[in-house]
Amino acid sequence: MDLMVFLIPAALFLALLGLGAFFWSLSAGQYDDLDGAAHRILIDEEDDA
Amino acid sequence: MAHAALAGEIGCPSGLSPASDDASSADPSAFVRRDAQGRDTLELMVQGAKCSGCIRKIEGGLLALPGVGDARLNLSTGRLRVAWRPGALAARDVTAALTRLGYGASAFDPAEAVRRIDEEGRALLRRLAVAGFAAMNIMMFSVPVWSGDGEMGPATRTLLHWISALVAIPAALYAAQPFFRSAWRALRVRRANMDVPISLAVVLTLAVSIAETARQGDHAYFDGITMLLFFLLIGRYLDHRLREQARTAARDLLALQTVTASRVEADGRVNAVASRDIKVGDRLLLAAGDRAPVDGVVEEGDSEFDCSMLTGETLPQHAGVGTVVRAGVVNLTQRIVLCVTAAARDSAIAELARLIEIGEQGRARFVRLADKAAALYVPVVHSLAALTFVGWLWGPMALRALGFEAMDVDARVALLNAVAVLIITCPCALGLAAPAVQVVATGRLFKRGVLVKSGDALERLAQVNVAVFDKTGTLTRGKPRLVSAVDADTLLAAAALARVSRHPLSRALVEAAGPGAAAKDAREVHGEGVEAGPMRLGRRSFAAPQAADSDDGAMELWFADGVRPPVRFAFADAVRSDAAQTIAALRKRGMRVELISGDRRAAVAAAAREAGIEDWVAGASPSDKTARLAALRAEGKFPLMVGDGLNDAPALAAAHASASPGTALEASQAASDIVFQGEGLSALVEAVDVAKAARARVVENLLFSALYNIVAAPLAMAGLLTPFIAALAMSSSSLIVTLNALRLQTGSKRLWT
Repeated sequence: MDLMVFLIPAALFLALLGLGAFFWSLSAGQYDDLDGAAHRILIDEEDDA
Repeated sequence: MAHAALAGEIGCPSGLSPASDDASSADPSAFVRRDAQGRDTLELMVQGAKCSGCIRKIEGGLLALPGVGDARLNLSTGRLRVAWRPGALAARDVTAALTRLGYGASAFDPAEAVRRIDEEGRALLRRLAVAGFAAMNIMMFSVPVWSGDGEMGPATRTLLHWISALVAIPAALYAAQPFFRSAWRALRVRRANMDVPISLAVVLTLAVSIAETARQGDHAYFDGITMLLFFLLIGRYLDHRLREQARTAARDLLALQTVTASRVEADGRVNAVASRDIKVGDRLLLAAGDRAPVDGVVEEGDSEFDCSMLTGETLPQHAGVGTVVRAGVVNLTQRIVLCVTAAARDSAIAELARLIEIGEQGRARFVRLADKAAALYVPVVHSLAALTFVGWLWGPMALRALGFEAMDVDARVALLNAVAVLIITCPCALGLAAPAVQVVATGRLFKRGVLVKSGDALERLAQVNVAVFDKTGTLTRGKPRLVSAVDADTLLAAAALARVSRHPLSRALVEAAGPGAAAKDAREVHGEGVEAGPMRLGRRSFAAPQAADSDDGAMELWFADGVRPPVRFAFADAVRSDAAQTIAALRKRGMRVELISGDRRAAVAAAAREAGIEDWVAGASPSDKTARLAALRAEGKFPLMVGDGLNDAPALAAAHASASPGTALEASQAASDIVFQGEGLSALVEAVDVAKAARARVVENLLFSALYNIVAAPLAMAGLLTPFIAALAMSSSSLIVTLNALRLQTGSKRLWT
């Protein structure tokens, strides 16, 4: 029973952290070009000399 | 250079999209804007970018230009943003570089492209995330309450309820705002939409649950209400995304329409101006390949015009000084100077725009299936909830009056049961029923190269029973094609001359011959043909004056090399290879097919015969076409219009549903519900099939939602509903509806026959 006092806030805090991360990614424009993001991972790092 | 291997390749390296060969002649410099960091920026719409290779080629190619600091391509929207140091290069260099890479590009009017980020969609996603967060966390407190039934003391249970309330109240009030606002808007005009019962359920459920928690009661619906909002917001977001797609497509087209023109100033300099800034009396330079942005009269020069977009006529028309030019025609061979007689908004195009608007008003009256269901659903649910409350409150009294034994219940229980009805019947499944299906259906068609512009478009497409085709550019390719058999050497020799000309017949000859080099000293003799030393290609009178006239009326080119007898190349605007097959497939689906064209009788009759269409009309004006569609509608038919020209645009807007090929003019694409890419017409049949299947899925989903409510509502009315059952029923019904929608994705084999 005592444990719940810590566990419930801890669980809520972790979930809020996830929610905050989602909000950040949304406003950072990470959802604006979903097709492009899927293809960009296939592009090798440029090594032009 | 690291990608030397790529340098020679043109267009999409994966071959997903054909390379674009037309050089964009409009100067985009009128659309360059200075950004906050003092750089010049330009927004472009790129055609043909499909894969990661395209991203690398386009971004890499542009960054290699001197002074370019930033180039970013959005693959989802096809928009490219380029920023460079002012003065380092001209806007034209950017489009020229893209053309070299093999991609078509057109500049955006920044005024039209401002609202690039979909703020409303982001806000909905945020609310969706909050509702999801609340639903999951409250479930963490609810599961112990459900499973610990009997073992858990009331103190622990109430503590868990209070913590749930702490999460649920702010989350629900925040997440439900779109529903509150929409319900309020509807109530203010004394109407009820789906959001009225939703809002009522949210507010009442929260209030009753708080009251129950305060008196240490058994049942609190914090879990149910947040989950409900979560599911509803998913449906709302999907719906929003579809509408946004349609709006963006329309806006992109509008932005593209604002083409630039080259204005000749009094001092002889040529400036790029946006077409809306053109005034009467301005002198415009129209290079070969340019489209006239406004009406005017030819002042200098002598050329040929392609009027097919306006009249449906395939043969180019000659134009000299004094010829009246209407907006929308394409200048083919020589540069000319045009004196403007009407500004863009007064041009012939404006009259067409007015006709389009009238057509679209008619279409706005279409009521979507889901809205029809909502209109039935709202009064039923409200009466049921009211009946439950009244029944529990006064039912026992009435029973006693009839001589039965009955215990009075207090108003609290009556209210609790009424709220339970509102919760359980809340239209989760109904809200997801249509959007989930439409998202899957449009996604599937998109992969086939068919862009569906809205969810209603699919519903309207499913109803069509008459298909009306335009000829030029729709049933046919809109471009002449070589039809006579000639030996390969002659063809190559003639094509070497044709390569220097923009005339459609020359282009067709080059297309038939394949890649090769142009003849060295070839020059175009205006209005006659091309000559290179002793070789001549062109009109009969120019290339082979002694040859006998063969009057079969076909488009022809003559080729003489000065040694052998002259050769005749005959051309025809051939019907697309799969046209007859497509029309037969549409017939098999119970559709009547008609052909209505502005072209000459003989040409239309030939195309109709080849495609297998019996009902055809030739020489039709744009208003004749809309009149035909109106007549069909008056007969109670649902016509589908398929067309590509500017003269088809009003008809496209007036039809019940409309489609245009990807080669159509922007205005026609904007007026159409679906745009299909590729050489063939068969995508149309698939679009109709998918639309029909989607409609069947939506109806199934709506029926299922009704069935679910028929089972669940009596349970709630009888007071048998617990929060556990409510949560289970709501989530399972939403899941079933979504899974049913996903069946569209996999059902491809059965659909296409």
